Amino acid sequence: MPETQPLVTLKKKDFQTDNDVRWCPGCGDYAILATVQKYLATTGKKKEDFVFVSGIGCAARFPYYMNTYGFHTIHGRAPSIATGLKVAKPELDVWIISGDGDSLSIGGNHLLHILRRNLNVVILLFNNQIYGLTKGQYSPSSEQGKVTKSTPRGSIDHPVNPAAFALGAGASFYARTIDTHAKHMLEVLKAAHEHEGTALVEILQNCVVFNNAAFDDYASRTTRDERAVFCQPGQPLGFAKGERALDFRKGRFKAVAHEDATYVHEPSNAAAAYALAQLRYPVADAVPMGVLYQEQRATYDGLFVQDTKDAKSAGKEPTLHNLLHRGDVWEVK
Amino acid sequence: MGTNANVKSVERVVVRLAGDSGDGMQLTGNELTRASALAGNDVATFPDYPAEIRAPAGTLAGVSGFQLHFASQDIFTPGDEPDVLVAMNPAAFKKNIGDLKPGGLAIVNQSAFIKNNLRKVGYDESPLEDPVLNERFRIVPIEMNAQVERALENEGLSTKEIGRSKNFWALGLLYWLYGRNADKQLKWIDEKFANKKKFAESNKKVFLAGHAFGETAELFGESYRVEAATTDPGHYRNIMGNQALVTGLVAAAQKSGLEMVLGSYPITPASDILHAMSRFRHYGCSTVQAEDEIAAIGVAIGASYGGAIGVCSTSGPGLALKGEALGLAHIVELPLVVVNVQRGGPSTGLPTKTEQSDLLQALFGRNGDAPLPVLAAKSPADCFDAAYEAVRIATKYMTPVILMSDGYVANGSEPWRLPDLQKLKAIEVNVRVEPEGYEVYQRDETTLARDWVIPGTPGMEHRVGGLEKDSLSGEVSYVPENHAEMCRVRAEKVRGVQAEIDAPELYGDLDGDTLIVGWGGTFGALRQACDDANEEGLGVAHCHLRWIHPFAPQLDAILKRYRNVLVCELNSGQLAFLLRATFLKDVKSFTKVEGQPFRIREVLAEIQKLQGSSNA
Ligand code: SF4
Repeated sequence: MPETQPLVTLKKKDFQTDNDVRWCPGCGDYAILATVQKYLATTGKKKEDFVFVSGIGCAARFPYYMNTYGFHTIHGRAPSIATGLKVAKPELDVWIISGDGDSLSIGGNHLLHILRRNLNVVILLFNNQIYGLTKGQYSPSSEQGKVTKSTPRGSIDHPVNPAAFALGAGASFYARTIDTHAKHMLEVLKAAHEHEGTALVEILQNCVVFNNAAFDDYASRTTRDERAVFCQPGQPLGFAKGERALDFRKGRFKAVAHEDATYVHEPSNAAAAYALAQLRYPVADAVPMGVLYQEQRATYDGLFVQDTKDAKSAGKEPTLHNLLHRGDVWEVK
Repeated sequence: MGTNANVKSVERVVVRLAGDSGDGMQLTGNELTRASALAGNDVATFPDYPAEIRAPAGTLAGVSGFQLHFASQDIFTPGDEPDVLVAMNPAAFKKNIGDLKPGGLAIVNQSAFIKNNLRKVGYDESPLEDPVLNERFRIVPIEMNAQVERALENEGLSTKEIGRSKNFWALGLLYWLYGRNADKQLKWIDEKFANKKKFAESNKKVFLAGHAFGETAELFGESYRVEAATTDPGHYRNIMGNQALVTGLVAAAQKSGLEMVLGSYPITPASDILHAMSRFRHYGCSTVQAEDEIAAIGVAIGASYGGAIGVCSTSGPGLALKGEALGLAHIVELPLVVVNVQRGGPSTGLPTKTEQSDLLQALFGRNGDAPLPVLAAKSPADCFDAAYEAVRIATKYMTPVILMSDGYVANGSEPWRLPDLQKLKAIEVNVRVEPEGYEVYQRDETTLARDWVIPGTPGMEHRVGGLEKDSLSGEVSYVPENHAEMCRVRAEKVRGVQAEIDAPELYGDLDGDTLIVGWGGTFGALRQACDDANEEGLGVAHCHLRWIHPFAPQLDAILKRYRNVLVCELNSGQLAFLLRATFLKDVKSFTKVEGQPFRIREVLAEIQKLQGSSNA
């Protein structure tokens, strides 16, 4: 984002509100909140320029805990409200906070369209693969066969793949990170925030009450060194403590010995990004984290502002008189 | 202009043009309307077209109609029945001939009356020779195709292209029949087809051929003149409802000094609002064509949150989808205008036909107690005032406002006297930038409006949202008494809009014992029926309601003054239901749900019936 104002010095606590944070003890949301607050303090931007817009769900309470402007809206619709806000005031720094139900179920349509339009905002998608706020039904990202309150015999729904969905919708930025990995999340937040366009960040977030340990096979503190690939531009896609790597061969990624991998990560490579998006545990040996895809493309709000400028320079002087006296006007004396 | 026919002066004429959807009847009608308005006549129009873009050619379902009423006096409606019918094919003839006034003139394109076309609509033989019909009407069959082909000989156009300019031939004939200025039309054709010179030339030729045909063919015996109407001095233009509505919105934005953002999803008959607004970008009025109806209102709410005036345009099914978001806008108390151009319902219903059946949806179609101001436009030109007023109330009271229009008002047109710029009311805006002592739900003492604090304002960071909030601080609150207080104060604020409302328009014989009450687009038919009734000495007053919520404070007394109150509306009795519930007055209900506006005589007959029964 282009810096137009002098930098200000704020601390993490400047972004905290007095409100009691009401997530369940141990919920992954706490770590995300703290990391976002910490990140914002590093941006040199003023509190009043940030707006957090959310839909409905556990994650959507986020704005109440941020000492910035905030709008807790209705289920799934935050992208549309953020769109209106950005076209009315493009200089604002708008963040959308959402969950898997909010973004991938009831709000799937809006996620699709905000991604293709490329509105200049960050979307944090807290994916816990469950409905938390309504107390434990399966979500569109829950795995097939999941037994929940609404699926006593196991869910028959095939889950959505958020990364593939985003790329299919024409996202210009997609990254994945982990609630318990503050350092990585901080890096990803920075990349997302600096991206011009819609930056979708999927955060694997543990719902300790209704879907505990959902990501532990590959994203916990102990397993991620083995089974997560932390993608870095220009670097091989290594995992298993550097012993193995993903190599891009014939349009798909294959796990090979690290020294045999020739492919280095290139976030602008769409074909590679599609292939990375398909890697899901346990079918794949490792799951990619970090910025999987990024392209530079005009933003919706940028084009919108330009369109207004063009119209203003081409149009007749916008006065009330000219507004009324359009077309065939005749006078009765 | 030399002519071999007599010229007869008449006070008013109703012309109905009917043809296939592809025959260009809407364009022809609009052109004749423009010419009539420019000639100083009062005009009122009613386009009536099918929902399908191109229903199968030559079928009854594909008939598109346009009715135009022009007169040398004030008129209120497009007229009950046409004096003149132009029918371009057997389907158009069959569908409309029954409406023609006895003795009326039917100009018929005989070229289309071939076996195949006749069979499509169930005619065994051509009705043009039917002695019964010829007794009743003056039927003038013309081989229009042959006329057009002759005019375009050597032009190198395809048969299809030649067929497409028939409507200009008919237009030329009508211009002759009513003495309209042909030069202006030729100029217009040049402008309209500036990029397609070939079509400009051929359309002009065809138009002139139609005009010359009237003059030389001696088929009509006479042509007609309608003098200019005596209207109030001022500048006028002819305007359609949806255009007037957009002009009102833009004028309000301009007056307020704020930007405006229209979030909209295309829907009949509201789409023209989106089209028209997209041309006012240089006024700081922009459009976002959203992915669906819900996103459209989301965009508008987001824009209002960001300090612009958020607006939505939709029709009944779209309003249904916006219910939850309207509740959000109500609870966060942001200004917003939602325009509902009603059409026939329920469900997809009759998309291109008119109805007033979304009234209760507009008033109550949300979860929870979420009252909103609701007002309605009464005629095409009135859409300007109604839209301006909707914005004014929305910003002054920090509330969403629902503005009701309908297909009849939206697509109809009439001359509009341009308002005096000095007389446009101020648009009050409560933007606050002063952090000292700011509370999110602190209210203005008179209007109860909260302050509009726009993100980006230093020192006033706060959170809003759909959860109930503390009545002062705006923090989330589940306190029972607080919720009761917030529900009360939100309703009271909306009720307070009464302070802005003029007494309802009362007209006619105010001292009789009968009152007819209406709202929205039925205004013209009711006003004329009231006049007609009083001419018969029936003693009828007409009360028109601009505001449905809140009702004007005077309404109670008005209703109670009359023994017979007849509420006329194009639904199954929604306003009558409201009036009965609100004022405990035993009003009678006259309703129609045929997708068509009231005819004046239907309302008149109902008044006669009511008086007959109440006197018996
Ligand atoms: S229900 Fe789950 S996601 Fe929601 S707050 Fe509790 S732990 Fe977090």
